[in-house]
Amino acid sequence: MKPTSPLSGSLTGITAPRPTRRGLLVGGGALGLSGFLVACGVGGGGGEKGGGGSGSGSIRALFMQQAGYSEDNIKEMTAAFMKANTGIKVTADFVSYEALHDKTVAAAPAGTYDVVLIDVIWPAEFGTKNIVADVSDRWPEEWKQQMLGGAVATPQYDGKFYGVPWILDTKYLFYNTAQLEKAKVDAAQLDTWDGVLTAARALKQSGVQYPLIWSWQQAEALICDYTQLLGAFGGTFLDDAGQPAFNQEGGVAALEFMRQTIVDGLTNPASTQSLEEDVRRVFSSGQASIALNWTYMYGLANDPKESQIPGDVAVLQTPSGPVGRPGVNGSMALSLSATSENQDAGWKYIEYLTSQPVQDKYALSSLPVWSSSYDDPKVVDTNPAVVPQAKKQLGDMILRPQVASYNAMSQVLQAEIQKALLGDKEPQQALDDAASEAAKLLES
Amino acid sequence: MRPSRAYLVWIHVAAVVMALVVLAPFAWLVISSISPSSELLSPHPHWWPDHPTLERYRAIFSSGGGDDVAANFRAAMINSFVVATATTVVSLVVGVLGGYAFARLRFRFRRTSLLAFLAIYMLPPIALVIPLYLALANLGLLDTKIGLVITYGSIVTPFCLWTMSNYFLSLPAGLEEAARVDGASRMGALFWVILPLARPGILTTGMFGFLLAWDEFLYALIFTSSTDAKTIPVAIAEFTGKHSSDFGLIAAGGVLATIPPVILALVFQRYIVGGLTSGAVKG
Amino acid sequence: MTSTPRAGGRPRVRGGYHEGRFALLLLLPAAVVVFGVVLWPVVRTLVVSLYDVDSAMPGDYPFVGIDNYVQVFQDDRFYSVLGHTMYFTLVSTFLELSLGIAVALLLNAPLRARWLWRSIVVLPWALPTIVNGALWRWIYNGQYGALNGLLDTLGISQTPTQWLGEPFLALNMVIIADVWKNTSIVVFFILAGLQTIPSDLYEAARVDGAGPWRAFWRLTIPMLAPSIAVVLILRTIEAFKVFDIIYVMTGGGPASGTQTVAFYTYLQAFSNQLFGYGAALAYLIVLAVFALAMAYLRILRQNEMAGVE
Repeated sequence: MKPTSPLSGSLTGITAPRPTRRGLLVGGGALGLSGFLVACGVGGGGGEKGGGGSGSGSIRALFMQQAGYSEDNIKEMTAAFMKANTGIKVTADFVSYEALHDKTVAAAPAGTYDVVLIDVIWPAEFGTKNIVADVSDRWPEEWKQQMLGGAVATPQYDGKFYGVPWILDTKYLFYNTAQLEKAKVDAAQLDTWDGVLTAARALKQSGVQYPLIWSWQQAEALICDYTQLLGAFGGTFLDDAGQPAFNQEGGVAALEFMRQTIVDGLTNPASTQSLEEDVRRVFSSGQASIALNWTYMYGLANDPKESQIPGDVAVLQTPSGPVGRPGVNGSMALSLSATSENQDAGWKYIEYLTSQPVQDKYALSSLPVWSSSYDDPKVVDTNPAVVPQAKKQLGDMILRPQVASYNAMSQVLQAEIQKALLGDKEPQQALDDAASEAAKLLES
Repeated sequence: MRPSRAYLVWIHVAAVVMALVVLAPFAWLVISSISPSSELLSPHPHWWPDHPTLERYRAIFSSGGGDDVAANFRAAMINSFVVATATTVVSLVVGVLGGYAFARLRFRFRRTSLLAFLAIYMLPPIALVIPLYLALANLGLLDTKIGLVITYGSIVTPFCLWTMSNYFLSLPAGLEEAARVDGASRMGALFWVILPLARPGILTTGMFGFLLAWDEFLYALIFTSSTDAKTIPVAIAEFTGKHSSDFGLIAAGGVLATIPPVILALVFQRYIVGGLTSGAVKG
Repeated sequence: MTSTPRAGGRPRVRGGYHEGRFALLLLLPAAVVVFGVVLWPVVRTLVVSLYDVDSAMPGDYPFVGIDNYVQVFQDDRFYSVLGHTMYFTLVSTFLELSLGIAVALLLNAPLRARWLWRSIVVLPWALPTIVNGALWRWIYNGQYGALNGLLDTLGISQTPTQWLGEPFLALNMVIIADVWKNTSIVVFFILAGLQTIPSDLYEAARVDGAGPWRAFWRLTIPMLAPSIAVVLILRTIEAFKVFDIIYVMTGGGPASGTQTVAFYTYLQAFSNQLFGYGAALAYLIVLAVFALAMAYLRILRQNEMAGVE
C-alpha cells in the first residue's frame, strides 16, 4: 500500500477510537471532540479545492491593524462596498502584523478566510504551498502599465500573480531638522550614505550621543534595513542562477557599513534590540537625528501627541550608495485564499478595495498603487511632504528573494547579520556562513 | 517557646526586602501607566512623574475614538474572565475526581494513565494548533468562548489532576475507612469527608489553574478573531503592536489585566489561609 | 508519604464494588475533557512527524519514517537551542525553587499581618506573561530603562548597559523576568506542603539537639519532598516549553541567543511551514521533559528515603 499523506485522506482513519486495553482513557476520549469529528463526517478537513462560487453570499477577510489603512478605514471601505454590492456580505477580521502569517497558515486548511492580506515576502511561499490562489487569469493586462512597477512585482512569483497590490511602502530617510541645523549640517548631504556618515559625525560632536537608530532586532525588520543598504552598495541576494550572492561585494560592504557605524559610536547600541516602533520612539523623543523607517513615521513623528519633535521632522528618499538607491519593497497585497468557496465574490471585494478612487480617497493612510494618482493634486495635497519623495522612490524598489523557503532563509540571515553586528564574527565570515546555509535551504 | 525578639526583627526585615523585590517592577508598571510619554522617554527615568496622568485609563474606559481600543479591551476582559472561570470550574471538578482516584485507589494502568495526562501537558501548544484549528472549525467553534474553554480544559485539567493527586496523598490515610465504618458510601466518603479537608488544596490549584487559562496566548491568538472571543493577552498584544512606542498604554492595559486575578486571589486566599491554619499546624 | 506516581497507590478502602470500577468512574470525566479534545490532534501530529509535510494544506506528502527525527539530531541549530533551553530550564527552576522555599518559610514564620505579605507574593503571578515580558523589556531598555536608571541613581554605574544586547546576558535577563513571575506558584505550593509537617517533629528535633539548619535539611526538606516534586515537575515542563516571554522580550535574539526549543519549533512549523519537522521537534520536547522529570523524581525519592532514616 502506498503510504498516503496524513493530511489528504479522511479523518476517520485516524480518529476511529479502537477499544484497547487502555480503554479507560481512549474510551473516554472517544466521547469527546474527536468522536464528534467522526460523527460529523468531516472527512477531508477542508482538503477540497476552493471554487468560484456564485459571486455573491458571505465572505470573510483577514487584515492587519498596523500601519497603512486603519481598522476604521477598512470598515468604511467595506461598508461602502456592501452598499454597492448588496448580494455580498463581508466580515473583516483584524490581527497584528506579527500574527498575520501564522493565522493565514492555520486557517488555510479549514478555509476560514476568502480574502487575505499578504506581505510581499509571502507570494512564493503561499503560492507554492497552495495557500493562496493563482489569479493571473483575473488580472487585467492594463493594470501592469497603470500600476507602479514595485506594486506589480509585489504579488508576483514565478510569472504568476497571487494577489493584487494594495499597500505600497518602502523605507525613507527621516531627519530632525533642528538637530541638523544646530550641528550645521546641510541636509543635502543626506543624499548619499557617505554623506549620512559625515553628518552623523558632526551631529555626534554637536552633542547627540547616538545620531543613528535602526530596526536591527533579530526579526524581518533587520532584513528590510539590510536590503535597502545591500541595494545601495550594489549587492544582490541571489545571482542569476538563483544561488546566494549576498556574501559578495555589495552585500558584504553593506554589512561592513552597518557594523562600522556601531564601532564608531554613531549608531545607538539599542538598535540591535529595536523594531520599527522602537526606532520611532527614539527618533520622536529627539534622541536620534537620522533614521530609516516606513512612511507612517512621518505623520506620527510630527504629531504633538505622539512626539516631542513635531515640526522638526523632514523626509527624504533613501540615500544612494556607490551603485544606486533602491528602497526595500515593503508592500502588501490582497489575495484570494485557495480554499475559498466564494472566490468570485472575494475578487469583487479585492477589485473594489484596490480601485483607484478608493485608494485616492484614503491616500492619507496609505499611498495608492496607481501611477497617475501621484500627479493628482488631491492625492499630493494629502501628504505634500511624502508624496513627492514617494513618487521618486516607489519606482525604484528592491525585492527580498522571491523563494518558497524565504522565511527560513531570512532567519539564517538575521542570525548571522546579528553576529556580525555584535562583533562576534567578521561580516564576510557571517555572510559566507549564511550563504552556505541558504544554499542548502534553496536546494531542498 | 516564644520566638526571640531578634528572630522577629530578622524575619520582618526579610519580609520587607522580599516585598521590595516583588513590588518594585510592579510599581514601575503602575508608575509608567500614569507617566506622560514625554517623561517616560526622558534619558533618566522619572521615579515619580512630575505630571501624573490618568489619560490612558480614560482612553481605555471611554468609548468611541479611533479604532475603539476601549470597547475591544473591555470585551476582552469579559471574555477572558468567562473563559478562565469556566475552564477552571470544569478542570477543577474533573481534576479533583481524577486526582483522588490516582492518589487513593489502586487500579491497572494507574501510573501509565497519570503519565499520559502529564505527557499531554508537556506537548508544546505549537504542535497542536493546526489540527485543533481544523477540529474547531469543523465544529463551528472557532472564535467562540466555548471553543477556548474546550481547548484550555485540555491544558488545565492535567495540571489540576497532577497537583490534586499529590495533595490528596498528603492528607492523613484512613479517613475514608473511618467514614465507611460509619456507613458512608465510597462517593459519600469522598464528598463529605475528603473534599472539605482538601479545600485549601482545591482552592490553591483553582487559583493557579485560573491563571493558566487567563494567561494563555498562542491558542487564543490563532483561534479567535473578533470581540466575541478575543482574550486579554491577545488584546494587549494587539495594541502592543499598534502603539508599542508608548509603553505607558501597555502598562495601563497590564495593570487592568492584573486586577481580576488579584481580586480572585485575595478573596480565595482567606479560605486558603483559613484552611491551612485550621489544619494540624499551630505554631 | 510520596508524591511520585508510584504504582500500587496508597491506602485503600476495601469492600464495596470493585476499586477499578470506582477509579474508572472518577477518571472518566477527566479523560473526556483532555483526550476527547487532544487525542486526534496528538495522533495526527505524530503521524505528520513521519511524513515530509511542508505545508499546512492537505496533499500527498512522501512518507519518510523517522527521517525528521534523524534530521533534528543532525541540525546544528537544534543543539544550540537545546542548550539554551536546558540552561533556561535548569537555572530558572533552580532559582524559582530555592527562592520559593525561602519565601514560603518566611511566610510561614510568625509574621505580623501575614495576609499582607502573602498578597504581595501573589501579585507577579497575576500579571499576564505578555505584559510581564513587555514590562521587563522596558525595564531593561538601554535607553530609558529603569534598571540602568537605578544603577545610575545608586551610583553603581553610569554607563548604560544593553541588557538584552548580548546573547548570554540576554538569556539570563529573560530568566530573571521569568523567575520574578513564577516564583509565586512555588511559594504557594511549598506553603501548602509546610502545613502538613506536624510541629511536634520540630520539637523532637530540637530536643535531640538539632540546630535550625540541621532541622531544615534533615526534616523540612525531606518532608517537603512531595511538594517539591510537584512544583519542580510543573515548572520544568513550563520552562522547557517557554515561548511567550521570549516572543515578547527578544524574538529569539540577539544572535539567536535566546532561541529555545519551543521557539525554534514555532519558527520551523509555522514560519517555515515544515510541519513534519516541527512535529518531530515537538515530540522530542516531550521526551526530553519526560526524561528530566523522571530524573528529578528518582533523585527526590532517594532524598526522601535518606531523610526518613
